[in-house]
Amino acid sequence: MASSVAETDGSARDTLSRPRTIYRHTLPIRIMHWINFLCMFILLLSGFQIFNAHAALYWGETSHFDGPLLAMDARRNDEGEMIGITTLFGHEFETTGFLGASTGSRGDVERRAFPTWLTIPGPRWLAMARRWHFFFAWLFVINGLLYVTYSLWSRHASRDLAPTRADWRGIGRSIVDHALLRHPRGEAAARYNVLQKLSYLFVIVVLGPLVVLMGLAMSPHMNTVLGWMVELVGGRQSARTIHFIVAMALIAFFFVHVFEVIVTGLANNMRSMITGRYKIKPTEDSSDVRD
Amino acid sequence: MSGIDRRQFLARALTAGGAFLLGGCDRLSQSVWFPKVLDSAEFLNRTVQRALTPRDALATEFPESYISPVFRPNGSTDPQNPAYRALAAGGFRDYRLEVRGLVEHPMSLSLDELRALPSRTQITRHDCVEGWSVIGKWKGARLSALLDRVQPLPAARYVMFHCADTLGSSDARYYESIDMLDAYHPQTILAYELNDRTVPIENGAPLRVRIERQLGYKMAKYIMAIELVESFVDIKGGKGGYWEDRGYEWYAGI
Repeated sequence: MASSVAETDGSARDTLSRPRTIYRHTLPIRIMHWINFLCMFILLLSGFQIFNAHAALYWGETSHFDGPLLAMDARRNDEGEMIGITTLFGHEFETTGFLGASTGSRGDVERRAFPTWLTIPGPRWLAMARRWHFFFAWLFVINGLLYVTYSLWSRHASRDLAPTRADWRGIGRSIVDHALLRHPRGEAAARYNVLQKLSYLFVIVVLGPLVVLMGLAMSPHMNTVLGWMVELVGGRQSARTIHFIVAMALIAFFFVHVFEVIVTGLANNMRSMITGRYKIKPTEDSSDVRD
Repeated sequence: MSGIDRRQFLARALTAGGAFLLGGCDRLSQSVWFPKVLDSAEFLNRTVQRALTPRDALATEFPESYISPVFRPNGSTDPQNPAYRALAAGGFRDYRLEVRGLVEHPMSLSLDELRALPSRTQITRHDCVEGWSVIGKWKGARLSALLDRVQPLPAARYVMFHCADTLGSSDARYYESIDMLDAYHPQTILAYELNDRTVPIENGAPLRVRIERQLGYKMAKYIMAIELVESFVDIKGGKGGYWEDRGYEWYAGI
C-alpha cells in the first residue's frame, strides 16, 4: 500500500517536474503582434519628425504661441554655442544633445526638437514623415481591427485576457510580486497574470483607440463630423497634446513589456511569439505549483 | 554566454539593429518606388474621409470670443515681385482677378466686382501642416457664385489658383488646386476681409482662398488668376500645387 502511494506520488511529481512545451500564441496572433510592433515603431518615430515641424504643445482649440505646455527650442549661449531648451509648464530645462538642439545630419549641432536617431526620416523632412505616418497609421488601424475581431471570435479575449474572479482577488499579491520581480513560474506561467491582463486590455481598449481618435481629431476634414469629439477634449490643440501623451504612454508600456519579456525568460518568450511554442519549466518546490 | 556578455551582445545588437532600421528607412525615403507605396495612404485618406462625411458637411465655426489675437502668417508674408508691389502701393485699386481656362465666359474682376458677388462670413480654425492652429473671421465671395458666373465647361475638373508670390530662394510662383467638390463647398470663399478689415499683406492681400476642410497650404494667398483645368499633370511640377511639387499631399484633409 505504502509503496503504491509513493509510486503514484512519484509519477505525479514526475509529470510536473519534466519540462513541457505548450502552444501559446496562434499564428494570426503572432503575425499581428509583429505587424503591430513595426507600425508602432514607425508611427512613433515619424510622429517625432512631424512634431519637430512645430515643437510645442498647447491646450485648447488654438495655439497660444507665448504659453505652450511643452516646447523644445534652441538658442545660443554666451559662447555662441547652440543649446537645447525644453520648457515644461513654464519651467526651463537644458537638454542639449537630446531635445531642442542636437547633432544633425550634416554633423553640426542644429535646432531640432527630437534628434535624428529618433526620427523617420533622419533629416528634417516633414512631407516624407507624413507619408510614413499615414501609411502605417492605416496598417495599424486595419491590423488592430483584425486583432480585436480575431480575439473575440477565437475567444482569445475571454479565455486569455479577461481577468477571472480569482485574478481580481489576487491583484494585491500580484502587485507585490511584480514589485519584487517575483514572477509566476511553472504552470502559473502558462497563463497571463492579472496585471499583465489589465495592462494588455488597457492598451487594446483605451490607449490604442485613443491615439487613433486623437489623430483623427486633428484632421480638418474629419472635424466636420467629429467636431463634438474635438470639443469634448477641449479643442484641436488639446487633441494634439493628448495624441502626444498617449504616444508617451505607449512607449512606457513598450519598455515595461520588453523588461518583463527579458526578466521572465527572453529566449522562451521570443520563441513563443515567433514559433508559438512556450516551455513550462518545472518548479523546484512543487508547493509553488499548487498555489 | 555569461550574463555580461549577453547584455553587451544585446545592447550592441539593439544599437546596430536600430541604426540599420533607421538607415533603411532613410534609404527607402530616398528611393523612387517606396514613397509611391506610402502614397496609397493619401488615396485612402481622401476616399474614406469623403465617404464618411456628408458632401457639404461644414467645418466647425466658432463664436467671436475664439478669434486668435494674431492670425499667424506663414510662408510668403511680403511678395517682392514688382507687379505685385505696384498693385499694393496703389491699395489694390488696379487689381483684377483673371478667371480663365475651361469656362464658358472668361472674365476679369475688380475687387469691387468680387465684393458684389454673394458673400459668406465665417469664423473658422486654420490648421497648419506644421501642427499649430489659429482662428480668424473671414469674409469673401463664394467661389460657387463666381463659378456660376463663368460657367465651367463639362471637362473642367480642377480649379487652380495662380499666385503673385514666390517662396524662399526659388523663383517658382505659388499655386494650388482643388477639385469641384471643394470648389462648390459653401465655405469655400475668395476672402477679402480678415477680422473685419481688408486682408493684410502677410495674410494674402488682396485675395486668398479659404478651403476650410483642408490644411493651410491649400489656401493660396495673393491670388492673381483662377484657371479651370481638366488635369494638372502637365502644369509646373505636375502635382497640383507648390508644396505638392515638393512632396506634400494634394489631398490635405488630415
